[in-house]
Amino acid sequence: MGAFLLLTITTAFRILSRNRLRAGLTVLGIVIGVAAVIAMISIGEGAKAAVRSQVASMGTNVIIILPGATTTGGVRGGQGSAVSLTVADAQDLKKRIPLLTDTAWGKRDVMQVVYGNRNWNAPVNGISPGYLTIRDWSYAGGLPFTQTDMDVAARVALVGQTVVDNLFEPGEEPVGATIRLKNVPFTVIGVLAPKGQSSQGTDQDDIVFIPFTTAERKVLGTQFLGSIGAIFASTDLTEDLPEAVAQIREVLRSRHRLQPEQADDFTVRTQIDIAAIQEGTGQTLTVMLFAIASISLLVGGIGIMNILLVSVTERTKEIGVRMAVGAKRRHILLQFLIEAMTLSLFGGLLGIVLGILSARATTVIAGWPTIISLESIVAAFLFSLFVGLFFGLYPANKASRLNPIDALRYE
Amino acid sequence: MGSLIECRDLWKVYRLGDVQVQALRGVTVDIQRGEFLAIMGASGSGKSTLMNIIGCLDSPTSGTCRLSDRDIGSLDSDALAEVRNREIGFIFQNFNLIPRTSALENVQLPLFYRGLPLREQRARAAEALARVGLAGREQHYPAQLSGGQQQRVAIARALVSTPSILLADEPTGNLDTESSREIMAVLKGLNRDEGITVLVVTHEADIAAYMSREIIIKDGQIVTDRQKNLVIG
Ligand SMILES: Nc1ncnc2c1ncn2[C@@H]1O[C@H](COP(=O)(O)OP(=O)(O)OP(=O)(O)O)[C@@H](O)[C@H]1O
Ligand SMILES: [Mg+2]
Repeated sequence: MGAFLLLTITTAFRILSRNRLRAGLTVLGIVIGVAAVIAMISIGEGAKAAVRSQVASMGTNVIIILPGATTTGGVRGGQGSAVSLTVADAQDLKKRIPLLTDTAWGKRDVMQVVYGNRNWNAPVNGISPGYLTIRDWSYAGGLPFTQTDMDVAARVALVGQTVVDNLFEPGEEPVGATIRLKNVPFTVIGVLAPKGQSSQGTDQDDIVFIPFTTAERKVLGTQFLGSIGAIFASTDLTEDLPEAVAQIREVLRSRHRLQPEQADDFTVRTQIDIAAIQEGTGQTLTVMLFAIASISLLVGGIGIMNILLVSVTERTKEIGVRMAVGAKRRHILLQFLIEAMTLSLFGGLLGIVLGILSARATTVIAGWPTIISLESIVAAFLFSLFVGLFFGLYPANKASRLNPIDALRYE
Repeated sequence: MGSLIECRDLWKVYRLGDVQVQALRGVTVDIQRGEFLAIMGASGSGKSTLMNIIGCLDSPTSGTCRLSDRDIGSLDSDALAEVRNREIGFIFQNFNLIPRTSALENVQLPLFYRGLPLREQRARAAEALARVGLAGREQHYPAQLSGGQQQRVAIARALVSTPSILLADEPTGNLDTESSREIMAVLKGLNRDEGITVLVVTHEADIAAYMSREIIIKDGQIVTDRQKNLVIG
């Protein structure tokens, strides 16, 4: 059997290499199908991993409350765009909802950060100190600011790695340095440990944190005193998130005096929602690629079936000769199945290469994260084998059922 | 023990629409081990039909054929393949080699389907090619060989499986006189030295002159069946 398989496989290769163009065109569908499968899985996995890491980088069990009604746009679109949330809201939530372990609030604006003769535009966030704990920031150097800094509106700042890279010389110590925001001097008291990109592609390390009170009074302006861009809260247990969200809505609706028929003038999101939105966009793409993959594989399979039927007809006499010297039906069946699978495997391998390349290209061109997993390659490989097997079965069976004398006499 | 081949009242009827063609009409024949037998007759008389039935490539419409005391009518397709593989070697008028496949691989085929180890397949195929005078041509493709050489490859393929019967249907039909003489000499040698039973379908009387027995078929029936005393060797 080993010798039989070996020779049959080498024969299959020889026959296919004789008709390279034909074989190439035949497997095109498989190539595209498998490439789509690989790209699909790697984009899907990449998106999932990005969501996971982004969700993790948000902190654990985080709830974000934004001013403004729910928009389809996304999570952060509404920040700062309305004045419906206030510090009092945030403080009241903490007081009235024991499920919340902590609440914090913040307000942001992009502005010039100046150090010496260098400057850099970065989002400056005025935050209450609880934010740093809720979002799980850690520090590459220095320390976070505290409630005392908040109470006295201290001019202290925490800077992200990107800001450090753009303002300071390599090796220069940022902690202790003085930077200027709107001409107000701030002492850098800490450098944030890098978190990297969020799944939306924003650089989470391009950031400056200052105490909320300082921001309100000295930097961001006092036009809407007490209004905030976002409230952050957290619970101990992930299971408590839905209940906490319900209570938050209840408290805020009553504080904002909303009538039952009125919609929320704020938006509550949890990590779970955010992950779902992100994965949702990933899924649309996955569904599309899945459709391409299945159509291509179907077309590819039919192509293989077609070419094999042609081959069986062309080689009817050969089949007759093989039967005359003792080939059994299963030998003929296997021969054509192996030819089909050699074709589809060849297509599969090309498809894997193309799939990896297109996944890479997706990352380079569109900036989407992709992860090429060994499993997806193995799966694509097996799937192309299966396509060959499935679509080769009919022609192979047809060949094996030929009557020896009729096959021999075929002209 | 009975004869090697025992055919009883073989009929073969082809139906083409309304027309019936009776290719064989009650052929009964016994062939002993070691015979060297010529089957002659006009074109369309049913010679190939008889050969194909004896060779388990075709089945009769009625009648029985026994090969080494086995009724081949009762065998399924796998068992028939097995018989073709072990008992029978075919030689065709148009050689029927597999194109773009080396002489050696063509000759290997029967052993390949028998599932012998590759090394043994190759060794025995090379040996068979040497026996028909084609040593050194193992890697030639059929297209690179003369007609006579191709037919010798086909003979090597037929004898590589050490069959008990060689069935040659007009083996020299496509060859010139010189090649024909060589091919017949090879077949004669195999019959004499190895005791292989050889059936040759031929039109030519001088080919039939090699044989020890002559059967003449006419319109699907055996009209002459005679033993001869061999003069030529
Ligand atoms: N597959 C077939 N379908 C219909 N008729 C057939 C078929 N095969 C053979 N015949 C008919 O059967 C008869 C015998 O054919 P066969 O091939 O046995 O003749 P033959 O003696 O070998 O002739 P030749 O010397 O020309 O090879 C012929 O009349 C032929 O037309
Ligand atoms: Mg004939």
